[in-house]
Amino acid sequence: MKIVVLMKQVFDTEAKISLDGNKINKQGVSLVMNPYDEYAVELGLRIKEKFKGEVTVVSVGGPEVQDALRQALAMGADKAVLVDPGADEIDEYTTATILAKAIGGLEYNILLGGFKAIDDGSCQVCGRVAEILGVPVVNMVTQAEVEEDKAVVTCDIDGGSAVIEVKLPAMLTAQKGEIEPRYPSMKGIMQAKKKPMQKIGLGDIGLDAAQAAPKVKALSYSLPAARAAGKLVPGEPAEAAKELARLLREEAKVI
Amino acid sequence: MAKGIWVFTEQRDGEIKKVTYELLSAGRKVADSLGEELCAVLLGKGVSGLEGKLGEYGADKVYTVDSEALENYTTDAYTNILADLAKEHQPTAILLACSASGRDVAAQVAQRLGTGLMTDCTDMALEDGQLVFTRPVYAGKAIVKAACPEARPVMATIRPNVLAADAPQAGRAAQAVPVGGNTGDIRQVIKDIVKQISTRPELTEADIIVSGGRGIKGPENFALLEELADVLGAAVGASRAAVDAGWKSHSFQVGQTGKTVSPVLYIACGISGAIQHLAGMSSSKCIVAVNKDPEANIFKVADYGIVGDLFDVVPLLKEELKKLLA
Ligand SMILES: Cc1cc2nc3c(=O)[nH]c(=O)nc-3n(C[C@H](O)[C@H](O)[C@H](O)COP(=O)(O)OP(=O)(O)OC[C@H]3O[C@@H](n4cnc5c(N)ncnc54)[C@H](O)[C@@H]3O)c2cc1C
Ligand SMILES: Nc1ncnc2c1ncn2[C@@H]1O[C@H](COP(=O)(O)O)[C@@H](O)[C@H]1O
Repeated sequence: MKIVVLMKQVFDTEAKISLDGNKINKQGVSLVMNPYDEYAVELGLRIKEKFKGEVTVVSVGGPEVQDALRQALAMGADKAVLVDPGADEIDEYTTATILAKAIGGLEYNILLGGFKAIDDGSCQVCGRVAEILGVPVVNMVTQAEVEEDKAVVTCDIDGGSAVIEVKLPAMLTAQKGEIEPRYPSMKGIMQAKKKPMQKIGLGDIGLDAAQAAPKVKALSYSLPAARAAGKLVPGEPAEAAKELARLLREEAKVI
Repeated sequence: MAKGIWVFTEQRDGEIKKVTYELLSAGRKVADSLGEELCAVLLGKGVSGLEGKLGEYGADKVYTVDSEALENYTTDAYTNILADLAKEHQPTAILLACSASGRDVAAQVAQRLGTGLMTDCTDMALEDGQLVFTRPVYAGKAIVKAACPEARPVMATIRPNVLAADAPQAGRAAQAVPVGGNTGDIRQVIKDIVKQISTRPELTEADIIVSGGRGIKGPENFALLEELADVLGAAVGASRAAVDAGWKSHSFQVGQTGKTVSPVLYIACGISGAIQHLAGMSSSKCIVAVNKDPEANIFKVADYGIVGDLFDVVPLLKEELKKLLA
């Protein structure tokens, strides 16, 4: 079974965000593997354990992404491919175009990704890649039974969950479910250093920048206005509860 | 020439979701400024007849595909139909709800049409004739304004509960345009659907949410919050600590790796206010915190706070609210 995982490196969830002119300041921010992609890597490894085969992790980003790719390799993935887009201003269309081109040159039975990247939260790159490659997509997968030629998955839908069957190859995107991503072992970390990490540019996959030019343009960034300091409602619980109820009705007018 | 602002109707079991009215109300203003028509796209089974409601909220025209095959949402069927319609009519913009299905179909259609998509937007405005969308990114720690300058249609998914829905205009009619619609080959085969049966509103659309964290101490104590929620007609949410402890399932989780909510009122009980939790609820209009630790971070974002033991405060608050609402 050839498994390809789409992995994005993102800001740590604790990261403080500041602006650098009209851009997000990336200096000094610690970077992690997108949490949903950890589930995808874990799922990929479990599929590999069941069928044998190979897990390739693919990412679009700058050289710093090697850290997250090494983490995936240390968890047990076999190979990593990093495509540098060679530009700062990219959008999901650009990313998906590059990923699809890179993956199109690989053999795959199943494609896995996260359902959302927690930085831009855009929930679209994997769907776009599936559309370009002509494979079906199932998003927000919490559980997957993978067989040779099909997958039966449980996924979140509006107002509940669904069990869906798709033929392979297919793209599944991971939502938090029962599977816990493993921690890399010491041995895994050592082995990862020797595993292949291919670093390529757009030219290597036969793309030029114009073909992958973004559709969406960021016009401006700002930081949200801090919420005004609220009020603590004083008094014994009975008194405070009564006053809070009154404030919610008369001052905030929310009930 | 691209023409028309489209709203993709969010409908479940023949009931139109409030977010659709929010999108229609916002879309109406944009359509008027641009001198274009506002169209709704209505897909489902047994949905013919809902056009009237969409008209009352501002749609000029409703493209309806009413088909057995659309009873449940599937990526392929909905993508094929929406993409075909958009190719035929070339709208200027397509607005969808940022729901599981809205996000899903939006990504596929955007790629098939070779256009841009801005997701989870909290505002939309015309600036110099261009549609500009506001999106919180980095878990709400930054805000970006973005546009899709050239490709058409401009596509966006919009967070429920953030735009105001105007009052419906009784008797305002939309032109109903029934369409055959070709679902194509549906590769996602539904084997089973489990609906969450709840008398409470869904988290992402609730006006009021009562949430519990580790301070709740055990699953049985969520009953306290449920009683308060019942009085308020509220949904119940949870922090990740409460979910990881197994007290509530992940579908209740609010935060960066849970749901993003924008209720009118969010009541956090026994939640410390970690940055990842705030990411999911800081766009709430009014935040109330009940926590026994006066230093808890949640008080930094709360409009009203009570420093105290939730086991004392929550039942009392419930009684007071019951009296007020009686
Ligand atoms: C990658 C990542 C993603 C994450 N995603 C999320 C997410 O989506 N959502 C989320 O919520 N968290 C998320 N977290 C976890 C987050 O960092 C916090 O650990 C979590 O939110 C803490 O939950 P809590 O506030 O319920 O628990 P705690 O931080 O333990 O706080 C419990 C609070 O209850 C108060 N308390 C205790 N007893 C009482 C009482 N009797 N009466 C009143 N108050 C009482 C305490 O004073 C304390 O403030 C994420 C973390 C990471 C690393
Ligand atoms: N730059 C990238 N490189 C590799 N995979 C990506 C990249 N961006 C997004 N993805 C994949 O797409 C998923 C959803 O991302 P997004 O659409 O940005 O929310 C992520 O969880 C990854 O699996």
